[in-house]
Order: sequence, then structure tokens, then C-alpha cells
Amino acid sequence: MTEASETAAQPLTARLDRVGIVVAVIAIVGMDWQSFATLKPNRLISGQGLSLAQSLPTLWAAIGIALLSIATIVAVLRTGALLRLAVGIGSLLLLAVLIGIVPATVVPPDNSYARVSPAAGFWLMAFAFAVLTTDAIAKLQLGPLARLPMLAGAAIAVALILGSGHWDGLSILKEYATNAQKFWREGAKHIELALGSLAAAVVIGLPLGIACHRNATLRGITLPVLNVIQTVPSMAMYGLMIVPLGLLAAWSPLAASLGIRGIGTAPALIALFLYSLLPVVANTVAGLGEVRRSVVEAAEGMGMTKFQRLFQVELPLALPVILTGIRIVLVQNIGLVTIAALIGGGGFGTFVFQGIGQAATDLVLLGAVPTIALAFTAAILLDAAIELSERRRL
Amino acid sequence: MIELEHVSRRFGDQLAVDDVSFSVERGTITVIVGTSGSGKSTTLRMINRLIEPSAGTIRIDGKDTASVSGEVLRRGIGYVIQGNGLFPHWTVARNIATVPTLLGWDSSRIAKRVDELLTLFSMKPEEFAQKFPHQLSGGEQQRVGVARALAAEPGLLLMDEPFGALDPIIRAKAQEDLLAVQQRLGITVVLVTHDMEEAIHLGHRIAVMDGGRLLQYAPPAEILARPAHGFVEKLVNGVDRPFRLLSLAPVSSIVEPGTAEGPPIAATATLRDALSELLWHQRDALPVASADGTLVGRVSLAALRAHAGAAA
Repeated sequence: MTEASETAAQPLTARLDRVGIVVAVIAIVGMDWQSFATLKPNRLISGQGLSLAQSLPTLWAAIGIALLSIATIVAVLRTGALLRLAVGIGSLLLLAVLIGIVPATVVPPDNSYARVSPAAGFWLMAFAFAVLTTDAIAKLQLGPLARLPMLAGAAIAVALILGSGHWDGLSILKEYATNAQKFWREGAKHIELALGSLAAAVVIGLPLGIACHRNATLRGITLPVLNVIQTVPSMAMYGLMIVPLGLLAAWSPLAASLGIRGIGTAPALIALFLYSLLPVVANTVAGLGEVRRSVVEAAEGMGMTKFQRLFQVELPLALPVILTGIRIVLVQNIGLVTIAALIGGGGFGTFVFQGIGQAATDLVLLGAVPTIALAFTAAILLDAAIELSERRRL
Repeated sequence: MIELEHVSRRFGDQLAVDDVSFSVERGTITVIVGTSGSGKSTTLRMINRLIEPSAGTIRIDGKDTASVSGEVLRRGIGYVIQGNGLFPHWTVARNIATVPTLLGWDSSRIAKRVDELLTLFSMKPEEFAQKFPHQLSGGEQQRVGVARALAAEPGLLLMDEPFGALDPIIRAKAQEDLLAVQQRLGITVVLVTHDMEEAIHLGHRIAVMDGGRLLQYAPPAEILARPAHGFVEKLVNGVDRPFRLLSLAPVSSIVEPGTAEGPPIAATATLRDALSELLWHQRDALPVASADGTLVGRVSLAALRAHAGAAA
């Protein structure tokens, strides 16, 4: 039998990629969707959807539809993982370029009020090809460490597009242009709150976890208490901070001079710190508990002191589990900081709540998109750190 | 020399070790045998004070072990446990260097010692030094565990079920290695096991424990021939007791003048081997050859029988 007839004998389903079919369905729906982009007369009035053909010059629309169709076919067929990765990344870049062309096409040059933003069709296609890319990465079996260059590549690509001004016509960047200074200030505040509360949680939580590992009674009290704290809704937690901290500031001039007030940074930090404690403490206890009994006994039998045992043997072996706890905390905090804006804590949440107040979706996005990017980046970085720490552990 | 004097250990209201006294001669192997819960491991761990005695004194070379800190004491005593307890995040070399590092040896001396020990356990340093424990076989891990315990040249080695996790073939090899290393270095070994066969094979003296008490402390031949009433008797009264007895002495101990037909037996072989040969070749006697091959006499079935019975 020749190779060709063998291939022909295969049923159709054997030549199709299962994930690819899902990708293709979403991409095709996205392509046919009436709105690739939205055009609004100004930032507050709801807009009108424009299809791919309506929002781009004819030539670009044709190129876009042709290339995206080819990409969809590649996704459906069983193709090599490297090709799929290239097609996935290429399609995402193509979408990034296309959306940047829309404003100049649909808005007259002298109109500075009109706003253009990506709409459902764009997002569906972006989602579809993001799935294709992630699936290809999974098929290539790239570990967390190998994903670091990918993350760097994505960051550089976004920075280049932003730097080139290609997206400047889009509404989210128009919001950025009017808020540029504030954007970076709140961004710094956001990171400061997330990392500061994490640092405090590690400084307190790690020793507490070690103590809980050694003392069952302490463990029996600490973990349930932290569990209860974890279940308090974040809005309620911020609210609960206002009264005691306000009283403390009124009562103690020292506290007030340190900037401790019922609202602002202090309650935000304390609330985030409290949320961070459980994952840090629980994972420290779990990590230390996983260290094999015989290894601990050998360390003791060799004549290591308690400290030597802890720092040379137990903590290094528990590190991957502890880092997993820190990853949970960091990603969780980056999200929770957003809500801290409600009590004047600052951060990207400021834009989100301002945007909600003004019914300005673009302003909401200006706060939400960088928050998601931060959380995503933190997750990938810590996954790589966890993988590094796991290498020598078995 | 290790001396235990009226040593007891209490956990809550349970007496794990009950008034145990015995002494171990320098340069010998003593095996503590017992079932689980007999107090054998507790006794061993009291020697390096991983467990503190509730009562009694333990002296090593005349010095009370309670007179130094537990850490300092343990750095001077080799310790091997079941499942080896190697540090999984450290290389073989770093594992072996554990105690020398704690003692503050300089790095060139440590490196030299690591090479020496790997070579002693027939593991090529350039091949094994930089490997991690999970890259080794069970037998190799066990050898590294013993090498690590011997790193700082201790005069005393404590072993808690060291061969318990090994399969039978590797286990036999590990036992031979231990005997060879002990003889070569002249160290004192105290080993805990639940396996009487292992105890008879390895021990110069055997301490049988049950319920926290020391029931009998004697050389293996005496344990087999004259077991203490009760538990020890039950432990050794198996069908293969005569064979165990025979396996303890070399052919040279019962060689008699005269000649015999058949293939010669080495004078260094055990009596058990001699019996096996006699039965296989269906003879009443076989010639005995010394190491250089000259015939030095004969070994007879009658002499073996006299050695294997209850009267011996």
C-alpha cells in the first residue's frame, strides 16, 4: 500500500485536530460577527457596531479575511505544533495590526470626540487564536522556564506596538492619554500594595508556618482562624478596617503621623496582608510536612542543630510548596488591590471605579487590562521560580 | 567501648526500654534483635542521644555521653537509617560531606575524603560525586548512606535497620560490604534489625530484646546452642537451627587428619558449605585444601553432626 492511499483510507476525523475545531468555530463566528469594532460619537454615548469589511479599507479587509481563513484551516487540520504556534502568534499580531487601522478608516480626521474600540468579533478571534497559541505551547511541552522567553516576546511586541503609536486612535489609549501621569502613579501604587502585603505576609507567615509545623496545638488554632479570615468578602473586610483604624489614628498621634487612617493605604495593606496569611502559612505547614521523616531524622542524627536542619534541609525541600503559596497570594492580591480603590487605597482600581461612575467602559478597561496583564505576568514568573526550585527535589 | 548501665526510657506511662545494661567491645559488631516495639531502636537512639534516657548512664570510651551536647556527640558517631535518609536536594558529594562540613573541615580535605569513601564503596568518584540521590539505584543509595555516616572517621557506627528496604540480592551484597568495611577500618558497629538471620550473619554478639527488656546478650553460637528460656528460644528454634550453627564456623575448626576421595573443600568455607558438598557428592568425608591448594586433611559427616547438634 502506498502512503497516499493509506492517508486517504483514514477517516476524516483522524485528520482533524479536536482543539483546532473549537478554535475554528470561535474564529469563524468572530469573523462573521456584525461588530469587529465599535464606533461611538463620543466616550459616553453607546456606539454602533462595524463589521470587519465596514471598519477597514477594502484591501486590508480582504487581506485580513484571507489570512485569518488560512489560519483557521491550519488550526482545524492536524498540523505540527511549531506551525500551529507560528500561526497562532501570527494571527494575534495580524489582529493587533488590523484593529489599529480602524480609527483612521472610520473617523474623519477633524473629529476628536469619536471613539473606536475593539468589539465582540475582535475579542472572539483574539480568544480563538490565543487558545491556538496556548494549545501549541502545551503540545510542544514547554515547561514554565521555557515560557519566560515567550512572555518577554509578548511584552516586547506590545511595547513596540504601543511605542509606535499604531494603537493611539483606540479609545483605551485616548483614555490613557488624558490620564497618563495618573496611570503610572496608580500602577506603582498597585504594585506597591500587592508586593508590600505579600512581603509582610511572608515575614510573618513563614515563621508562623514553621511554628505551626512544630506545634500541633498552635496549628489547630491558627489555620481555622486564618480560614475564617479568608472567607470574609473583600468589600466587607475593607469596610471593617475603617472604624478601628480611624479610632487608632484619632487616639494616637504617632499612628496618624505614620499615615494610618480609616481609609487609604493602611487599611488596604492590612486587609491584603490578612488575606495573604492563609496561603503562606498553610503552604509552609504543608511543605514542611511533606519532607520525608527519614531525611529529617538523618539530619538530626548527623548532628545538625535545629537551625541548621531548618535552613539547610527542611526549608529548601519545602520551597516549591511555599512558593506555590506565594504565587497564589501574589496573583490574588493583584486582583484584590483593585477593590482597595473603593476605600482610597489607590491602584488601577481607581480607573475601574471612576469608569463605572461615569459609565465610561474605556476607562474601566484602562484599569482592568493592566491588572490582568500584571497577574498573568506574576503567575508565569512564579511558575518558573517553582520549577527551578523543584529541579533537585524528589 | 560502649557501656550501657541500667538504662531506661519512658514514653508517657509506657516503659519502652526497661533497665538495660550491656557493653560493646571496641572493633566489634553488636546486633540488637527484636520485634517492633521491643525497644531496640529506642536503645540505639539513646546511644547518640536522639532520644534521652529517662534513667541510667551511657559511656563511650569511659566518657558519659551526657557530658557533651547532643549535636557534638552525634557529629562524632556515624548514623545510618532505613531508607538511607539521603538529602534529595544535595549531590552525592555534598551528602557525604555533611558531617565534615558541620565540623568545619577545609574544602580540600573534604573533597579528598569524599573521593576516598566513594572509592572504598567501589563507586567511581568522577561518575557518582555530582549525581543526585534520585539518580542512584537502591543499593547505591544505601552505600552512599553508609559512606556519609563514615565521612568524619567516627570510631562508632550506629545502624537502624540499614538493609530493611533492600531486595534480597542487594541486601546480601550490602551485608558483605559492611563486614569488609568494618574489618578494614576496625570500627565498632551497633546494628538494629528484626531479622535473626541477619543478626547471626553479622554480629560478633547479639542482644535479644523484647518488651523493652534485654533477654540475652551473647555470641551467636551461644544464642543458637543455649537460647534463654521463652522468647529467645522461640526466635531461634526453627528447623534450620543446625544449619545456622554450622554456618558460624569454618571447615578448619573441625578438620581431622587423613585423606578422602572427591573434590576438595576450602579450609575457609563454612561447615554449612561442607555439609552441602558432602550431601551432594554422597560421601562420608571429603578432603580439605588450604588456600594454596595443598591438602591438609579431611572433613567427615560424623564431625559435622557432632558440631551441629544440641550438645554443641
